[in-house]
Amino acid sequence: MFALLRDRKVRGILFQLLTVIGLVAFLWYIGTNTVHNIEQRGIQTGFGFLNGTAGFAINDTPVAYNETYTHGRVFLVGLLNTLIISFVVIILSTILGLLIGVLRLSNNWLIAKLSSAYIDIFRNIPILLQILFWYNVVLATLPSPRKSIELFGSIFINNRGFYVPKPALNATTISMIIAVFLAVIIIFFLNRWSNKRHERTGQEFPVLFTGIGLIIVLPIIAFFIGGSDMNLSYPVLKGFNFRGGKTFYPEFLALTFALTIYTATFIAEAVRSGIEAVSKGQKEAAASIGLSSYQSLKLVVLPQAIRIAIPPTINQYLNIVKNSSLATAIGYPELVTVFAGTSLNQVGQAIEIISMTMLVYLVVSLAVSALLNWINFKMKIKER
Amino acid sequence: MAVYDKIETREAPSSSKGALHWLRENLFSTPLNSAMTLFGIAILFWIIPPFINWAIINANFAGSTRADCTGDGACWVFVKEKMSMFMYGFYPEADRWRVNLAYALFFVVIAAFKLLRKSGLKIAIATMYFIVAFILIRGGFFGLDMVETNKWGGLMLTIVISAVGIVGSFPIGILFAFGRASNLPIIKSVSVTYIEFIRGVPLITILFMSSVILPLFFPEGVQFDKLLRALIGITFFQAAYIAEIIRGGLQAVSKGQYEAADAVGLSYWQKMLLVILPQALKVAIPNLVGSFIALFQDTTLVLIIGLFDLLAMVQLTGSDSHWLGFETEGYVFVTIIFWVFCYSMSVYSKSLEKRFNTNLK
Repeated sequence: MFALLRDRKVRGILFQLLTVIGLVAFLWYIGTNTVHNIEQRGIQTGFGFLNGTAGFAINDTPVAYNETYTHGRVFLVGLLNTLIISFVVIILSTILGLLIGVLRLSNNWLIAKLSSAYIDIFRNIPILLQILFWYNVVLATLPSPRKSIELFGSIFINNRGFYVPKPALNATTISMIIAVFLAVIIIFFLNRWSNKRHERTGQEFPVLFTGIGLIIVLPIIAFFIGGSDMNLSYPVLKGFNFRGGKTFYPEFLALTFALTIYTATFIAEAVRSGIEAVSKGQKEAAASIGLSSYQSLKLVVLPQAIRIAIPPTINQYLNIVKNSSLATAIGYPELVTVFAGTSLNQVGQAIEIISMTMLVYLVVSLAVSALLNWINFKMKIKER
Repeated sequence: MAVYDKIETREAPSSSKGALHWLRENLFSTPLNSAMTLFGIAILFWIIPPFINWAIINANFAGSTRADCTGDGACWVFVKEKMSMFMYGFYPEADRWRVNLAYALFFVVIAAFKLLRKSGLKIAIATMYFIVAFILIRGGFFGLDMVETNKWGGLMLTIVISAVGIVGSFPIGILFAFGRASNLPIIKSVSVTYIEFIRGVPLITILFMSSVILPLFFPEGVQFDKLLRALIGITFFQAAYIAEIIRGGLQAVSKGQYEAADAVGLSYWQKMLLVILPQALKVAIPNLVGSFIALFQDTTLVLIIGLFDLLAMVQLTGSDSHWLGFETEGYVFVTIIFWVFCYSMSVYSKSLEKRFNTNLK
């Protein structure tokens, strides 16, 4: 008997068996307790509540919603708001992070020090504190609607939010949107064509400048072709507040500013470490075969730097999605605020609601890790 | 025969030395560079003088009531008056020496760690410290008055949560890291599921779960107080991150080490604890400190489930009807505390990184 226990394989199986028994016993224990407790407290079970009327208002909804809609609709509204805020913050923090990361390595002493100070300051302040600071201090002390800060006569900034003109969805607007998509597609194929031509003949084509030109010029042309009337609805002060136009609520703004500023520090560090990881020999080799500094950056440094900078950056994108849940502290109506917050308080079915909420984040994070694996696979240096 | 005279070394051209040269080289080398420098100076002028005006020159420091806030700038009287709230929450004033004593003992333990060599003794001392600190802060033994956890607050609560989170998550994290690195399929899949699940969801949902669902898991009558529920959530959350970091360290240990340990006949636990883990931890330390910084920042989330940590104290003291309108000072004060803690930890982690880097080469 004891001789058998000394066998590593047997011990392994025994150990696993014990784990399974322990796990099952634990799950059974909490399972029966939960069922008992739910019965005792008279909590409903199942997902029927999703069809029940929510009965509360939400002030920032991307899809039609009012008090008479269901909790299922609340889930959808929360999910969309989570995705919207994540998308906006991902775009903004990438831009800011890239900028700071590059400036951090600038030859200019002052700029490099300022960038590094920015990183050291903002990554060491808890994100929730930053969100609350923006919401309770910066945005709350803006002037009241009657004394709004006015820009260009059509943008108004006050403590109820930022008000900007909103284009109507008419021929002009739609053709401009199509023009932007068209420009992106043209640039994609232009880039492929220029790469092929470069490999064949060695001739360079200025894709970057043509691309920037296209993305500006095409929508302008579309503006005139589409009837040059965007039918903007302007915000107008009526009574105590503004009507018309598009409103960015303080909750949205505070979350956007705080998350962008916080996450940009991590992206900047990823960018910096990516660029620094390219060995000096690579730059010297590029210089010695006569590449200009722009060519050396584009053809030698960046392709290697990106390979190192992308995985941590995508992890930061995932963190943005997860950190957007902190909106619940200031009441921006995303998933955790409206569904795991208000709906949970009304329905009381904690297990179902928290599980659904967690599942959303799990799906997002699994999708992102799948994407990351795919990118790592694509980006792996192909050794021949 | 040629005669060579030694030529006196000439002074470097005046344009390549001194402060002016440095300025030209680093700040004004090209027109673009000059423009950026001016831009940087503009930013500094835009931020620093107004802040100094607000925080120091126009600020009020003396006094004890709202009437003493006469300047245009900050009124630090508010922070001064509420200092005990920021530091201890509602912890009874007469018993605060117990918290301070626990702080002081911490430094004694650190000093003892520097002197002692035996790791067994260190672990014993650390365990002792936690028991003593728990008895001191909570009371209920040896004639110390019991201080309910709902009176804990402020910086003290933040430190308690971080300390318990760090210490509690460490062994659990190590177990899951071993589990994930193990070749027993069931152990491995359980560990992977746990780690990926926790890392895939935001901390706030875990906190909601531990505050709303956890009580349902246990028979009626089993009571968890709010703080304990938050601690359980944070510890299990942090454990998954620790596990991933230690797994990274385990992967950095070369296969030869495992084989050598097997060859000298060590058991699995001897091998892992005596040979592999020490080497893995050394590699993982900078990342571990990084995750402790993240944990310290994440403790602020407990305010969402109704605990009064340092950050929550700003909202609480700011809503005092005698002191309305001083939230800004509170936020700035708390920001400085958090920043000093996190920044010093990150500087420490950088120095560790340097030290261990040279060791590896």
